[in-house]
Amino acid sequence: MIDRLNTYLRRIPVWLVYVAGALPAPILLYMGATGALGVEPIKALEHELGELALKLLIAGLMITPLRRYAGVNLVRFRRSIGLLAFYYVCCHLLVWLLLDVQILSEIWVDIVKRPYVTIGMLGFVLLIPLAVTSNNWSVRRLGPGWRRLHRAVYLAALLGGLHFIMLRKGFQIEPLIYMAVIVGLLVLRMPARARRAPA
Amino acid sequence: MAHRWTNTLTRRDATPYEGFLNRRQLMAGMAGLGLAGLAGTAARASVQDMELNSWEEITNYCNFYEFGTGKDDPAANAGQLTTKPWSVEIGGLVDRPGTYDFQDILSEMTIEERIYRFRCVEAWSMVIPWNGFELADLLAMAGVQDGAKYVAFETLLRPEEMPGTRYPVIDWPYVEGLRLDEAMHPLTIMATGLYGKPLPNQNGAPLRLVVPWKYGFKSIKSVVRITLTEEEPPTSWNKANAREYGFYSNVNPNVDHPRWSQASERRIGGGLFARKQPTLLFNGYEDEVATLYEGMDLAQNY
Repeated sequence: MIDRLNTYLRRIPVWLVYVAGALPAPILLYMGATGALGVEPIKALEHELGELALKLLIAGLMITPLRRYAGVNLVRFRRSIGLLAFYYVCCHLLVWLLLDVQILSEIWVDIVKRPYVTIGMLGFVLLIPLAVTSNNWSVRRLGPGWRRLHRAVYLAALLGGLHFIMLRKGFQIEPLIYMAVIVGLLVLRMPARARRAPA
Repeated sequence: MAHRWTNTLTRRDATPYEGFLNRRQLMAGMAGLGLAGLAGTAARASVQDMELNSWEEITNYCNFYEFGTGKDDPAANAGQLTTKPWSVEIGGLVDRPGTYDFQDILSEMTIEERIYRFRCVEAWSMVIPWNGFELADLLAMAGVQDGAKYVAFETLLRPEEMPGTRYPVIDWPYVEGLRLDEAMHPLTIMATGLYGKPLPNQNGAPLRLVVPWKYGFKSIKSVVRITLTEEEPPTSWNKANAREYGFYSNVNPNVDHPRWSQASERRIGGGLFARKQPTLLFNGYEDEVATLYEGMDLAQNY
């Protein structure tokens, strides 16, 4: 069963993942402009894009456990999923800058003064070197350093989850579920790492 | 005593909802009226500032966490709320405590229209044509005793009809409070309608508070209990996070929410490319209410 699934997965071209994965952003923008996102489309668009980024970060973190515990091989798609996550973080950030806050002086004040913005920003900055080095040339060039560098995504995902929790009012379940999934996926990796560590 | 405060605008001037006028004509119409009504409360707000939000906007973008935390949850889930019969229990330091039937209250009150700015603590705003009566009139009906200093309000808690209350988002039931002088102020109303129609459930049917110079969460919805007290009553958002939400919660562009600026706001209805506009002290009602807070540090008493 799993073997057959893996055979099907091998037939999916990676470019298709990029195209299908990138499409929701322009669709959401169109929906926002035409009223399909409700009477306050700016926040709706910002939140949708942010949640998509978080979902893709989680999807990226699931690839290793899926292979290890279920035998499902999605490693071919890991780079595209990671880059798409970065793409949605960028879209989310652009909507925040250009449509939401709008005022340059307020943007800087928000980044410095509002902890949830600071943390979101930190996550974004952390993802930049990962996106830049998501290509074969960098993997060859950096060697074992590439692997170490890309572990920064663990921290970025945690910051993203924290950013989501901090911006809600009251005690809300949804961001806590995201955070629990992120923490759970990171914990799943820990014993394996401990096993690999030299005695 | 109704009609103690007069709108700068009336419904005949501008209702995009009824589609009589397009927005351009509407603005011209209001400009004319602005000149006519210049005598009374002239310097209140610009004409453009008072353009009404549509029925669609007002009834589909709501915070009413008893029906869910999403902005469209109340519109989707509040339909199941039973609002007939409805009664309000008025108690505490009053001469005539008791359970007042909503219809009996209505028969005693004079309903008038109040077009108010509405500013949410989340930095969005609307202009809403409420129908309602002054809270002072309702309090007079129950007879406020000398020792009363505050008014406490409570929202209905009926989990079988309010799916949001199955989660501990905040401590249910929702409670709010005002100082007695704030409650007696002629701007403070109990709203029963919108655009001349009965209040939709998602907007707090059948009876809700509207205090236009305070952040929206002070304007408690679907009220079932009003209690006159000597001590400052607990309020829901203050209990949930005292650092972020004070008892007063007056609209104030100079006192930021810890997580975001309150200096500006986005008027709902401007679409994807709406510009922000500056927030006014006391939401533009400074002339009417600033005296209530004379000598108070507004940054301390946020």
